[in-house]
Amino acid sequence: MINVNDMNKSFGELHVLKDINMNITKGEVVVIIGPSGSGKSTLLRCLNLLEVPCDGKITFQGIDITDEKNDINKLRQNMGMVFQQFNLFPHKTVLENITLAPMKLKKINKEKAEKIAMDLLKQIGLEDKHFTYPNQLSGGQKQRIAIARALAMSPDVMLFDEPTSALDPEMVGEVLQVMKQLASDGMTMAIVTHEMGFAKEVADRVVFMDEGSIVEVAEPKKIFSNPENPRTKNFLGKVLSVS
Amino acid sequence: MDFNFLNDYFMFFIHGAKITLLLSIFTIFLGVLMGIVLALLRLSNNVVLKSISAAYIEFIRGTPLLVQLYIVYYGLPLIGIEFPDIDALGSSFPDLMSGVVALSLNSGAYVSEIIRAGIQAVEKGQMEASRSLGLTYGMSMYYIILPQAFKNILPALGNEFITIIKESAIVSIIGIHDLMYNTDIVRGNTYKPFEPLIIAAIMYFIMTFTLSRLVGFVEGRLKVSD
Repeated sequence: MINVNDMNKSFGELHVLKDINMNITKGEVVVIIGPSGSGKSTLLRCLNLLEVPCDGKITFQGIDITDEKNDINKLRQNMGMVFQQFNLFPHKTVLENITLAPMKLKKINKEKAEKIAMDLLKQIGLEDKHFTYPNQLSGGQKQRIAIARALAMSPDVMLFDEPTSALDPEMVGEVLQVMKQLASDGMTMAIVTHEMGFAKEVADRVVFMDEGSIVEVAEPKKIFSNPENPRTKNFLGKVLSVS
Repeated sequence: MDFNFLNDYFMFFIHGAKITLLLSIFTIFLGVLMGIVLALLRLSNNVVLKSISAAYIEFIRGTPLLVQLYIVYYGLPLIGIEFPDIDALGSSFPDLMSGVVALSLNSGAYVSEIIRAGIQAVEKGQMEASRSLGLTYGMSMYYIILPQAFKNILPALGNEFITIIKESAIVSIIGIHDLMYNTDIVRGNTYKPFEPLIIAAIMYFIMTFTLSRLVGFVEGRLKVSD
C-alpha cells in the first residue's frame, strides 16, 4: 500500500533520513521503534508529506505522492494521522472536530456526518462527550477523539506519531486499547512508539531505526527475543530492562 | 463654564460624531481586510510577496499619519483616482474617501502585524492536523487557524479599533466635517475656545468606551471553549 524507495531527508546540514526503503502492505501493522532523534517521526511524517523528502520516491496505492502533479490533499484524505500532542481543534466541540473534514471534503451532509461521528464516539466509549470542548477532556480522551477524527474520513491507512508519549501513565492503556481494536479490525497502520509491550503484541513487523537509517526489520517475536544487529540488541537491552 | 451653546449646536456635534463613526467603521472594515491580506503575504513562502508586505508595513509605521493623509489627499487625484462629488452626509464625498483610504492604508499595516502575531501564536500542530485530514492550506486557514488567531488577538484588535476612532480626528485637517472639525467650528462661532472641547472629549469617550465594552463582550462569548 505504501512504498518508500531510497528516500533521504535533511534539515539543512542535518541528514535525518538516510536511504530509507520500506513498504507497508494492506492490513499490516508496522511499528517503528528506535532511540530519540533516530528519525522515526520524520519518516512517518514523510509518508503523508508533512515533511517533504529531499529525494527518493514514496508511493501510496500506486500513486507517487512526491510528484507535485498529484493532489496531496486528495491523497491525505485516505491517510489518517494521529499526533503526539493530539492537536484537536480547541475552538470546536468534539462533534465538530470529527465532522469537519467529512463535511467539507466529502460533502457529506451534517446529519450523516454526525451519525458517523456518534458511531465512532460510541466505539471509543465517549459518546457522552460530543458537545464538550477539547480543553475539558483528559489526555487519553483527547487522543481517542483524535483517532476518531482521523477515522471519520474512513482512511485506508492510519499513521500514529507517538500517540501515547504525551499521556499520563494511567491513560496510556485506554488509547492502546482503541488502537488494538483498530488493528484487529484489519486497519493498515504505521505506528511510531516507545510502548514495547504494545509493539510485541500488535505489530506484524517491527522496524528498528537508528541515526536516520533502518537498521533491522523483523517480526516482533524475532526482534524482541533474538535481534540480529548489535545496535538493535543494545537499544532493546536498555528499554526492555526498564520495563 | 457655560454650555449654553449646546442649545444651538448639539445636533451639530451629533452630526460630526456620525461622520467620525462612519469613517471609523469603513476604516475598521477595510483595515482588517487589508491586514489579513498583508499578514498572509508576510507569512507566505514567496520571498517577493513577503518583502512587499514587510516593506509596506515598515513604511507605514515609519511615517506620520498626517503625512500619509496628505499624500493620499493630494496624491489620489494625481494618479487619476477621483471620487464622484456626491453630497454624502454634509461632507464632500471625495474628501471623505481620502480620509477612509488614508486611515485604512495606515490601519491595515498595524492590523496585519497583530494578525501575524496571532496566527503565529496558534500551535503548529493545528495546521498539521488540519492538513493531515486533507484540508487545503486555504481551508485550514479559514476553518482552523484564523478563528483561533482571532480569539488570541481580539484584545489587541479592540485597541486598534479604538485608536482608529481617536486618530480619525486628524482628518478634520483636510476638511472632513467630523466631530473634531465641527468642534473647531463651534469654538470659532461661539468664541468659546474651551467648552466645546469638553463636549468633543465626552463624545469620543462614549464611542471608544462602548466599543471597548463590545469587544469585552465578544471576548467573553469566545471563552466558552476554554
